[in-house]
Amino acid sequence: MLKIENLHAQVGDTEILKGLSLELNAGEIHAIMGPNGAGKSTLSYALGGRPGYEITSGGVNFDGEDLLELDPHERAAAGIFLGFQYPVEIPGVSNLQFLRESLNSQRKSRGEEPLSGAEFIKLAKEKAGLLKMDMDMLKRAVNVGFSGGEKKRNEMVQMGIIDPKLAILDETDSGLDIDALRVVGSGINAIMRKPDKAVLLITHYQRLLDEVKPDYVHVLADGRIVKTGGPELALQLEQEGYEAVAA
Amino acid sequence: MTATLPLPTKRDEAWRYADLKALEPVWPKLDGPERLVVAAGETASRQITELPMMEGVGIVDLDITVGDNANFALHVLASAADYGRIQVKVTLGNGAHFELGGAILGSGTQTLEIVTETIHAEPDATSNQVVRSVLADKATGSFLGKINVSRDAQKTDAAQSVKAMLLDRTATANAKPELEIFADDVKCAHGATVGELDKQALFYMASRGLPPELAQKLMLQAFIADAFVSMDDDAAREAIESKALEVLESLGENLP
Repeated sequence: MLKIENLHAQVGDTEILKGLSLELNAGEIHAIMGPNGAGKSTLSYALGGRPGYEITSGGVNFDGEDLLELDPHERAAAGIFLGFQYPVEIPGVSNLQFLRESLNSQRKSRGEEPLSGAEFIKLAKEKAGLLKMDMDMLKRAVNVGFSGGEKKRNEMVQMGIIDPKLAILDETDSGLDIDALRVVGSGINAIMRKPDKAVLLITHYQRLLDEVKPDYVHVLADGRIVKTGGPELALQLEQEGYEAVAA
Repeated sequence: MTATLPLPTKRDEAWRYADLKALEPVWPKLDGPERLVVAAGETASRQITELPMMEGVGIVDLDITVGDNANFALHVLASAADYGRIQVKVTLGNGAHFELGGAILGSGTQTLEIVTETIHAEPDATSNQVVRSVLADKATGSFLGKINVSRDAQKTDAAQSVKAMLLDRTATANAKPELEIFADDVKCAHGATVGELDKQALFYMASRGLPPELAQKLMLQAFIADAFVSMDDDAAREAIESKALEVLESLGENLP
């Protein structure tokens, strides 16, 4: 589904990704772990097409398409969802309006009919219920006045509504208490644990991986994948630390 | 503004950002201010969605007296003129209220301005002015808000909130509160900001699938909604907002 080859990316004059290669197939969940500054967030922004993250060499193929040729909104329409480490507040724009416009823009670019107001509300209710989020929060402005945990939960409701092929989740577990982590974890499983979908989970901690069992665990250090293993690698990292394992 | 009066100059404080060159040919044809009186205890409102145009210039000039415990609300959209000016003088009686909501939407080389003079002549009157500007290309949008509080006008509560969004670095926003206060027990709050569209928010919206022009439209729509939130009449609010949206869409071609 996603094939990243020898990706080099820089922010300003600083090279952050230094030849990263990674392949995800449909039906797989991959976790990326790594120390601070390794390039984890840069990887997610580079895949999302954030301005200021310049790809200097290498390639990314998504479902047979050259991902790097697409604008950010076109990547979304192609089926990529980016879960933000720090979800952005948008004053004055309600969650429901934002998501309905987003979803219908995606549908339009895929040649599908837009969802009616009633169809959309039904879908939003279902996904909010899955993440145990109050519908009233969906009527409020996007992320405005939300706690850190509520913002992360809202990211997952958005993911449920948009129903992407590939979710790239950047530290979705940070800021969540134990109960919220469980809800978010089971939400990820319910929405994305499917044969035609894949997940790239970026995390610091083992705890989320107890809820969402990865098929592969990669260690990202200094802009490259330095080690790949199964779920046991995450446990080993937790016990021994990045330095010992990645060396 | 009548033929007998000389053309204003930039030295006149209330005209310092005006496009006097555009004004000159129409100046002799302008009538004086339209006078409105809101009787004591009454409530009145006025909405201006389109400026009365004359040779590319649109001038609205109002002189309003709001009687004791009366209420006047003015909501305006300044757009679609080479030079557009909404000039309002309001004199407030005891316990009266004046509400102004204004949006200035400019592009090209347009000069658009809202100039108010609010006279708190008697005690216990309140005024609230909210102006939101969206400016593209080389447009200039200005708000000059003068507030006079007379010696006897104790317990005056006057507020101004002015925010401008520049879609291009070549656009100009001016915000100028001017307070003349002769009473000692008053509240006069004013705030002004000038900014650009939040790039993080634009990327966040794009990552959900919103094309840039639609993301910008949603953000600008929310931004100017502040100016019309005080309107009680839903139909009137929808009318002015939909006209504003139409203008915003034409500005939408100027992406950051």
